[in-house]
Amino acid sequence: MKKPADEVQTFINLFELVEVFLWSVSTMANIIVLVKQVPDTNARIVLSGDRVDLSAVKKVMSPYDEFAVETALQHREASGGEVTAVTVGGAGADKVLKDAKAIGVDKIVRIDCDSSLDSNALQSILASVVSSLGAEVVYCGKSAADTGAGSTGPGLAERLGWASVSHTTSVAFGDQLSVVTPASGGNARVTVPLPAVISCDKGDIKVRKPNVKGIMQAKKAQVDVHAVDAPASTVSIVSHSMPPAKPAGKSYQGGEAAAEVAQLLRDEANVI
Amino acid sequence: MSETIVIAEIVKGVVHPTTSELITAAHALGSQPVVIVPCADAGVADAAAQFSGASKIIAAKSDVFSNYDAAGWAAALDAVTPAGIIVTSASPQSKDMAARLAARRGISVVQDVVKIEGGNLTSPIYSGKAMQTVSLSGDAVVTVRPNVFDASGNDGSGEVSVVDTTGNVATAVQEFMARASSRLDVAEANIIVSGGRGMGSPANFSHLEAIADTIGAAVGASRAAVDTWDDIPHSMQVGQTGKTVNPNLYIAVGISGAIQHLAGMRSSKYIVAINKDADAPIFQHADYGIVATWEEALPVLQSSLAAMMA
Ligand SMILES: Cc1cc2nc3c(=O)[nH]c(=O)nc-3n(C[C@H](O)[C@H](O)[C@H](O)COP(=O)(O)OP(=O)(O)OC[C@H]3O[C@@H](n4cnc5c(N)ncnc54)[C@H](O)[C@@H]3O)c2cc1C
Repeated sequence: MKKPADEVQTFINLFELVEVFLWSVSTMANIIVLVKQVPDTNARIVLSGDRVDLSAVKKVMSPYDEFAVETALQHREASGGEVTAVTVGGAGADKVLKDAKAIGVDKIVRIDCDSSLDSNALQSILASVVSSLGAEVVYCGKSAADTGAGSTGPGLAERLGWASVSHTTSVAFGDQLSVVTPASGGNARVTVPLPAVISCDKGDIKVRKPNVKGIMQAKKAQVDVHAVDAPASTVSIVSHSMPPAKPAGKSYQGGEAAAEVAQLLRDEANVI
Repeated sequence: MSETIVIAEIVKGVVHPTTSELITAAHALGSQPVVIVPCADAGVADAAAQFSGASKIIAAKSDVFSNYDAAGWAAALDAVTPAGIIVTSASPQSKDMAARLAARRGISVVQDVVKIEGGNLTSPIYSGKAMQTVSLSGDAVVTVRPNVFDASGNDGSGEVSVVDTTGNVATAVQEFMARASSRLDVAEANIIVSGGRGMGSPANFSHLEAIADTIGAAVGASRAAVDTWDDIPHSMQVGQTGKTVNPNLYIAVGISGAIQHLAGMRSSKYIVAINKDADAPIFQHADYGIVATWEEALPVLQSSLAAMMA
């Protein structure tokens, strides 16, 4: 038997649900999140000739992209809509899309391209696919763990004529976004009109992990593959190399040595 | 030879000294650069006139430059920047602007350059575990890591001309949240004193702060410190999922030197490590390694530095 108070509560919940539904119809968002497959950040990088050899390296979703996926899912929860994860790569990159699917994105798209692209070529093909998919907001990681460049988010935004904010640590959702981003001497809370591209830093949010149901769904999920023609690259890789070995430093035993080190920082290194 | 253009590095509304390193990088790419100074008040550009090696200085004046907005800055700079290879700093803000500016011109961007030789550009990849060298067959925007190239000198007598510009600003600052401490942020500092889990407790970071205040440094932290102690905010974290820093001096205390921490600081000019474990990986990257507990070493370091600064 339900107590009367429960019935009232149920009624209120229903009412709220309808309200949330009506509100979300008006603001349902098409959300895209860009993900990239990179070597595990713990992996040892080796060369074969003058190119890195990644054949033995485990590949994972670039760590910042995890924050982008989480932010995209939170956006969907706040406003309704659909999250599409997009990557650029060969068939091997389907794995990162399946990982995104397991965490909870709705659709997965791979732009089929297995050659190395410069930033102009990469952003051009992303811009054309984002335009054809249609979106109000694109989330991505602040940089990919392999190149560390951080060019894709702002460059894509410029090509689409959208606003962009990079390195956000918090995003609040609405008809416009309200994001927190570093500014000289602290942080700024910034209003961003949509459409926009947001590149996500590690913030205070916890990223959700895939659950069993998600993993099962991901196994069955179809990757929507887009073929594109990339413009020619004008930046070409000449070679890869190992970082120049640092000459062995001076080493000391015991805390008293800190006095000598302080002197050397001033007199030898000239940094104090 | 391509024309080269330097976009000056602006920090807190003034021309940052590392702008002079950008001029050196532009020369390495083949020519004497035009230096463009984004500013709301043209007087700001005068500070760039002292740098040696510039062909001329342009104060690009616009209200757009009062606050950072990527779209507005890219548009306003694009309008006054001639065609050529554009060189700017690999600071987080300038890397962001560089990417938008390049996209606006339909050209590529090469980020984090640490070496220029024979027209080829080298940048760290895989968080510094390898290097990538590229060649350009066209114009590009190039960002250069600070504290890597030599300064061009200070005997310039460049004329400053003022050009008005504008662009559409997309975002609006609602609120500025100043950091609680007046200490520099790790991303802005020339010297960083960082603590790791080996500090034992967040309260012990006061010893690092005392040293930082003595030599005008920022205080950083490892992820283990940030994750373990609520009082150590993520804004202090250096590394793969924190900030990438290139200071002149990085002092790592009670930090083991995990690959993800090295990712954020290994390109520092000088590295000092204080760790009680002689086998800690951080020592392989240290210019000066002290095998000792911080309890032993920090008081000595503090008093020596204080005496030097006095
Ligand atoms: C995807 C991913 C991203 C990551 N991103 C980052 C990142 O951005 N930044 C980062 O720092 N880490 C990052 N990490 C974590 C990294 O792998 C290490 O766990 C972390 O850097 C360890 O921090 P630590 O050196 O402070 O702690 P520990 O490894 O625990 O080292 C503590 C050190 O303190 C020394 N010590 C103890 N007591 C004393 C004493 N009294 N005096 C002197 N020395 C003492 C010990 O000998 C030891 O070397 C990441 C990991 C992953 C998987």
